[in-house]
Amino acid sequence: MAVKFNVEINGVRHESEVEPRLLLVHYLRETLGLTGTHVGCETSMCGACTVILDGKAVKSCTLFAVQADGAKITTVEGLKQNGKYHPIQEGFWEEHGLQCGFCTPGMIMSAYDLLSRNPDPTEEEIRHGLEGNLCRCTGYQHIINAVQSAAQKMKR
Amino acid sequence: MAMATPNRMIGQKIKRKEDPRFITGKGKYTDDVKLPNVTYLALLRSDRAHARITNLDVSAARKAPGVVAVYTGADLEGKVGGVPCGVQNAEGNHYSAGVKLNVPAYPLLASKKVNFVGQPYAAVVATDPYLAQDAIDLIEADFEDLPAVVDPEKAIEKDSPVIHEEFGSNIAFHIPGGPTPEAKAQVDKLFAEAEMTASFRFDNQRLIPMAMEPRATLADYDVGRDQLTVWSSSQIPHLARTFLSLMISHPETNIRFIAPDVGGGFGSKLNLYAEEILTPYLAKTLERPVKYTGRRREEFAATIHGRGQVQYVDIAFNKDGTWLALKLRFFSDLGAHMQLLTPSIGGFTAVMATGCYNPQAFWFEQYGVLTNKMATDAYRGAGRPEATMIAEKVMDVIARETGLDPAEVRRKNFLRTFPATPPTGLVYDSGDYEKALNKALEVSNYKQLRAEQQKARAEGRLMGIGLCSYVELCGVGPSWLAPPGAGFWDVSTVKVEPSGMVTVLTGISPHGQGEETTFAQIAADELGVPMDNVRVLHSDTLAVPYGNGTYGSRGMAVGGGALSMSLGKVKEKAKKIAAHMLDAQPDGMAYENGEIFVKAEPARKVTIGQVATMAYDFSWKGPGTVPTDIEPGLEETSRFEPSNLVFPFGTHVCVLEIDKDTGQVEIQRFVAVDDCGTVINPLIVDGQVHGGIVQGMAQTLFEGVVYDENGQLLTGELTEYAVPKANMVGRFENHHTETPTPVNPIGAKGIGEAGTIGATAAVFNAVLDALQPLGIKHLDMPFKPAKLWQAIQAHSR
Repeated sequence: MAVKFNVEINGVRHESEVEPRLLLVHYLRETLGLTGTHVGCETSMCGACTVILDGKAVKSCTLFAVQADGAKITTVEGLKQNGKYHPIQEGFWEEHGLQCGFCTPGMIMSAYDLLSRNPDPTEEEIRHGLEGNLCRCTGYQHIINAVQSAAQKMKR
Repeated sequence: MAMATPNRMIGQKIKRKEDPRFITGKGKYTDDVKLPNVTYLALLRSDRAHARITNLDVSAARKAPGVVAVYTGADLEGKVGGVPCGVQNAEGNHYSAGVKLNVPAYPLLASKKVNFVGQPYAAVVATDPYLAQDAIDLIEADFEDLPAVVDPEKAIEKDSPVIHEEFGSNIAFHIPGGPTPEAKAQVDKLFAEAEMTASFRFDNQRLIPMAMEPRATLADYDVGRDQLTVWSSSQIPHLARTFLSLMISHPETNIRFIAPDVGGGFGSKLNLYAEEILTPYLAKTLERPVKYTGRRREEFAATIHGRGQVQYVDIAFNKDGTWLALKLRFFSDLGAHMQLLTPSIGGFTAVMATGCYNPQAFWFEQYGVLTNKMATDAYRGAGRPEATMIAEKVMDVIARETGLDPAEVRRKNFLRTFPATPPTGLVYDSGDYEKALNKALEVSNYKQLRAEQQKARAEGRLMGIGLCSYVELCGVGPSWLAPPGAGFWDVSTVKVEPSGMVTVLTGISPHGQGEETTFAQIAADELGVPMDNVRVLHSDTLAVPYGNGTYGSRGMAVGGGALSMSLGKVKEKAKKIAAHMLDAQPDGMAYENGEIFVKAEPARKVTIGQVATMAYDFSWKGPGTVPTDIEPGLEETSRFEPSNLVFPFGTHVCVLEIDKDTGQVEIQRFVAVDDCGTVINPLIVDGQVHGGIVQGMAQTLFEGVVYDENGQLLTGELTEYAVPKANMVGRFENHHTETPTPVNPIGAKGIGEAGTIGATAAVFNAVLDALQPLGIKHLDMPFKPAKLWQAIQAHSR
């Protein structure tokens, strides 16, 4: 039986009727076509599905879509504003913080969450802040550099 | 007005052209491709390692909501081929070893027996992925369990249960001795003469490749054109098309195979899996698009595993540290069925087992053993990390037994003249191993580190310093080394479009390695056009003539070679066109920075843009002026067949301390000196090395596949298998030496696997070095805290 719910995603309001068991990540990817949010595991381990829900990073593979009723969500597609990259996106590009790119949206959203809580993190704090996101390509060093570079830009 | 001299792009830290789509969520991976009327494939997989299927009832699933079709193994018998193994030749032999190779039939769905946890035996196609999974849950099956074969050494004993009865044993192949018939006698003689000998057993455990993107395949069938379009998360779109065509009996001309954005591979997508064959087969049968997207649990159980080797090593050496001879006897744990290259991986271990050293003789024996597990196959390094572990442990054993410094033992045994000919039979292209070692010792301040270690040991602290001087084999390679039906050459087309924009097509299939950028750097430099004007296309069989894909660190070494050839041909043709335009002699023309001019009169010139326009509109001055020595257009295709493999090398130094009370390892420094020949983009090279180092240290410290004695996969999920997180690793100090290869025109060797090959042994040696004061000579990886703590406890009294 379909259930009605409301959600605001990247500034756009959506009223939808979905199966209660539909996962939020599948709602984003299949219902709305926002395929930037990826599914890497379904057990909350890899973080590829990370989005910002009411200001906090959540793993959209372990939430039902209807649990987001009334929430405001930002996905990676919502970061670039007026044709301008977000400093975290710039950081990942400039510092070569990605290779295959599959973890990147989730990694960027977790970095967004981290920097909103801690605008000037130490390297250790960044590593701890991103421990919910796996990357198999970069060995993390360039990701750390990317977040540091973004933090510097965002302070200005 | 003279054109400004463009900056040289090669060697610069250029940010990647592919990144804007990924950082904005606009990348397009297979599961992101949406088709109308699509159906979803779900598979029922065995939760048993070895069992006969006694009953299979899919009737309830067939009636379930949304279900389009349900298939069992019996439904597919005789209609579609199985999963291909490319290593067997027409005579039924292992193509490179020349010995008999037993390849068990590998149906897409098991029908009589399941042979490993994760093997699919029923399939549901439904209109919704959730409904497909619901229907899977309605399938009923009964089994008669059979004893599982888990340990590859026990598997070859006479009283072991046999998985594939038709072979009479679990031995898939046995190489009784190599590399030459004389090798055994030479080795035996040196062992008899040697001042010292040593032996050890090494368990190189199975690993899970864990590309971040689970495998996915989407297939669409155009009935009218008899055309199949397949999107798949693959490293080898062209080879996959060739094999797929054979397996489903569909003409190769009528299959378009696309590897869209691919979320990592590390060798695991250098294959053609059951799901990759089943999906297009069902799309054609059902005349509807079918999509398969793997879940992580399926990936762990049914995507190839890496490593899986048990090695017995005997060495002969002298008191002065000279390594005389190596005897290697090893078992490759192949799994129950063979994927594309399963039985070939151990071969890389055999040929690289002496590393960058020069023992006088080498002999090996290898068993390829069938076990009730998922197949092993190529995983980052593929046989060379296993080889490097041997050579680098040998160096440390010699150092320990002779009392010499490990760095000096390495220095004493290096191959020094190139091309070098180690006793394994290969020819190493170029190298300077001592230079990389010296740089690593200098950067790490090795002498000082040893002094600090003395102090730490006096205080009872377990500080370890590990060295690894590696050489690896990559840039595959000459086609005569390739399995039957495949070549190792690669292709590139360079097309200067009428607008002057440049399209580069390549037969390699990057999935994170960044060739959309590095190939554009090379093209921009050669043609003298801005990088923004160069677009690199790949991984679509309709666009690219053919290609052998990305694996074995071959993208730049082989694909770059083809690119270089095509760029040269385009420049030559541009000179001819320019000569006609300027009424000059073609051999008197020069091409620099995007301008083609008369050497004797540099003011007489045209730009590549003007030449491109003329090449396409061919607007000469009228009849009789049209050149007869050139065709219209400005497009060249080249295929590069390398004359040899390439052999990158380097030295890694790992400094760590083990907490005696917890067994926890803290890596304090990791210095990597890598030599991959000519560097096109240092940012990308360092990124490759970083990722490689972490995968290498992951094997040493964190990761290991565990099957229990019943063949049950205990590490079936990310919750049970420790893929390193950002807080589990530290920073790496990266340095380079640059020794170009003569094998390709660019001088570049591969760098995709070097980090893994160097780091695994460096961390291993550091841990054993830390434990040396306790008298611990060997432990098997992974060095999880509990294992180290137990070893420390056992040796502390």
